[in-house]
Parts: sequence; C-alpha cells; structure tokens
Amino acid sequence: MPHDHPDHDNHLDPMDARVRALETILTQKGLVDPAAMDRIIEVYSEEVGPKNGAQVVAKAWDEPEFADWLARDATAAIESLGFSGRQGEHMQAVFNTDAVHNLVVCTLCSCYPWPVLGLPPTWYKSPAYRSRAVYEPRAVLAEFGVTLPAETQVRVWDSTAELRYLVIPERPDGSEGLSQADLAALVTRDSMIGAGLAQVPV
Amino acid sequence: MNGPQDLGGQMGFGAVRPEGPSAPLFHAPWEARALALTLCSGALGRWTIDESRHARESLPPAIYYTASYYEIWTRALENLLLTHDLIDEGDLAAGTTTPAAAHPKRLTPDALRPALEAGAPSDRPVQTAPRFRPGDRVRARVMHPRGHTRLPRYVRGATGRIEADHGGHVFPDTNAHGRGEAPQRLYTVVFAGRDLWGADAEPGLQVSVDAWESYLDAV
Repeated sequence: MPHDHPDHDNHLDPMDARVRALETILTQKGLVDPAAMDRIIEVYSEEVGPKNGAQVVAKAWDEPEFADWLARDATAAIESLGFSGRQGEHMQAVFNTDAVHNLVVCTLCSCYPWPVLGLPPTWYKSPAYRSRAVYEPRAVLAEFGVTLPAETQVRVWDSTAELRYLVIPERPDGSEGLSQADLAALVTRDSMIGAGLAQVPV
Repeated sequence: MNGPQDLGGQMGFGAVRPEGPSAPLFHAPWEARALALTLCSGALGRWTIDESRHARESLPPAIYYTASYYEIWTRALENLLLTHDLIDEGDLAAGTTTPAAAHPKRLTPDALRPALEAGAPSDRPVQTAPRFRPGDRVRARVMHPRGHTRLPRYVRGATGRIEADHGGHVFPDTNAHGRGEAPQRLYTVVFAGRDLWGADAEPGLQVSVDAWESYLDAV
C-alpha cells in the first residue's frame, strides 16, 4: 500500500477497503500524489474552518464600515481577511435581525462556503436537513434548540448555483466592549449557517 | 434530472441530528482519503464541478439514500474515472495496476494551497441585456430534463420575485454534459412559502433559489 493508516481500527468497513484500493490505483497510475492528499486533509482539519468565518462576523459586529462592505461585496470583504477560493468564489453575506432570520441549505447537493466555514458537518449534507430546511425550517431549528419569535420572518437560501452564503448572526446582548477576538469566540459554526444563534457572553 | 439528489420538500427522512463543535470532521479515516482523492482527481482537469455533481445524482436512488456522503463521492469518482478512461474495470477489480509516470497535472503538496485559494470562479461576461429586473414577478419553468439541472422540483411552476441579478454564470445544464459553459444571467428568486407549499407552509416563510435566466418566464 502506498499509504499506511496504522491508527485505523475499523477493518470491517467495506468503504475503507474500497477507498484504499482506489488510492492505490490512482497513485500507481501517477494521477494522485498521496502527499498532496495528506496536505488537503491537513488544510481542512487544521487551517480552514469556522474560525475564519467567526473572524469575519466579529469584524462586522465591531466595524460598521466593514459590515457595509460585507453587505455590498462579501467576496472582496472576506478576501481582505485572507479567505478566498474554492467553494467561496462568489460570497454573499446575509444579516440576521429581529425581523428576519436567515437559514442556508443546499437541497441538491452540499454547497457550503468552504473558505469561511471549512467542510460541512454531516447533518448539513443529510437528506433530513436538505429535504426539510425549505419546507419546515422552524421545525428544523427547534431540533437545534432554536425557537424564534412568531413575528420573525424565516428566509431560507437554497444554494442552487455557485453563490455561497454566510449568515451574520445577531450580535448577542452583553457583548458590548469585547475585543474582536472575544467576539469571535461567541460565533458558532451553526450560527453562520443560520441553524443556531451566537452565544451570549458568560 | 429528477434524481435522488432533488430533496427539497421530500418527507420521511426523520429528524436532523445536530453535531456540536467537538464532533470529528471525518467519521472514519477513509472519509478523509475519499475527500482528498476527489479533490486531487478533479485537479487533473478532466471534468467540471457540474459533471461531478451529475455523477453523484446519477447513482441509483437506493444507493444514494443508503450511502454516507463520502461513499456517494467515492462511487461517483470511480464512475468519472471510468468514463474518462483514467482507470478501467480491471483496475478496480484487481485493486492494483501497472505503475506509470506522474501525470503532468498531478497535484503536488506545494501547489495545493494556491490552487484552493484561486478556486474556480463561475462568473462569465454575457452580452445580452437582462430579461428581468429586481422586483419582477417570474414563474419557474415547468421542466423535467433527463440531464443535469439546478432548478429544484419544488419551485417548478411556482411564481416568485426577482431579488438580485448576479450577472453571467456558467450554465450547469450544458456544462455538466460537455456541451460548453454557455453562460447565462443568474438571479436570486424569492418565493413565498405558501406559493411553494400551499396551506402546509409555515407562516411567513420565504425561500430563495439562484436561477439561471432560461429557468424563468415573465408573469
């Protein structure tokens, strides 16, 4: 085998053997470099994830002019923080308010803003979420422990093209005067999909 | 295509199972390898993102609905590699093949981060004037193409409102089948929940899709 996984303990999973075989074939054919594969996994495990998006949200909360830029040209505003590229080529920021709560889904596959949120969680890719987010988003939100006031309008964004949506959650009460780093710590991944709210400072 | 991927409004899949921030990114090591194989193979440039989406939705529904997401990716990748003659059935059956020299486009570790950061923008210039303006009422076309499309069934035939014009973007319905990028103007179209789901809609719901111009008719 061109690549060894000594820590792997699930030898009964047929997918493990299937993927190992494919990696072997593609490596032998010179189509894939296992070191590049390792680097991809490292990038999305350690370097690119929801902490990027949290930085964007915290800056938008703290700097009104950045929030304006984000609303006008999210791709450029986000790129100014160093986050760009694959699955975030065309970004749009959508802002939660008392009047409107935004929720993002991809009913047709699993489109997700990788540069700011990393790889999507399993639930985002699940048939349960993809089927129900556009039909009964309040019921879905309840499964995340989120209950919105009846008068709040729910707006669901189905990512059917190459636009990628980042939800800017409402800034929580009690966060006045916090640094951007402290603000970013309140921003959860789910809140940037619209499936959660930002945390209230303790 | 009216395939298993077109899930909006389908029922019977049960509750959503949230995962907290400490949940692992990959639920088995092979999932990480499957992701990386898919990205490295895509970098060879033999197929577009639209074709890869079509390969996934073309899996039989019984497989699509029982496979984990990375299994869907793996099966679709095998099919893409076979279709484009990068591997053959004998390779898959044997699980090994004859060694060959590195492909000129083989992704290297050093090239990875720049490639990810460059991405693959889908915006393209279009010369035609927009058929619709923000605020216009439009109907999503009733259509059931056998090939790839990004107009979900749950909006077909429904009337909505143009919210934004995003300029020209690569048209997936042709690009997925090697028939060219044929860029068209892309719009965000907003639908009232009651116009999608009738009396069963949650009160006040609004749902938008991003729709290419030929998916829409003026009302």
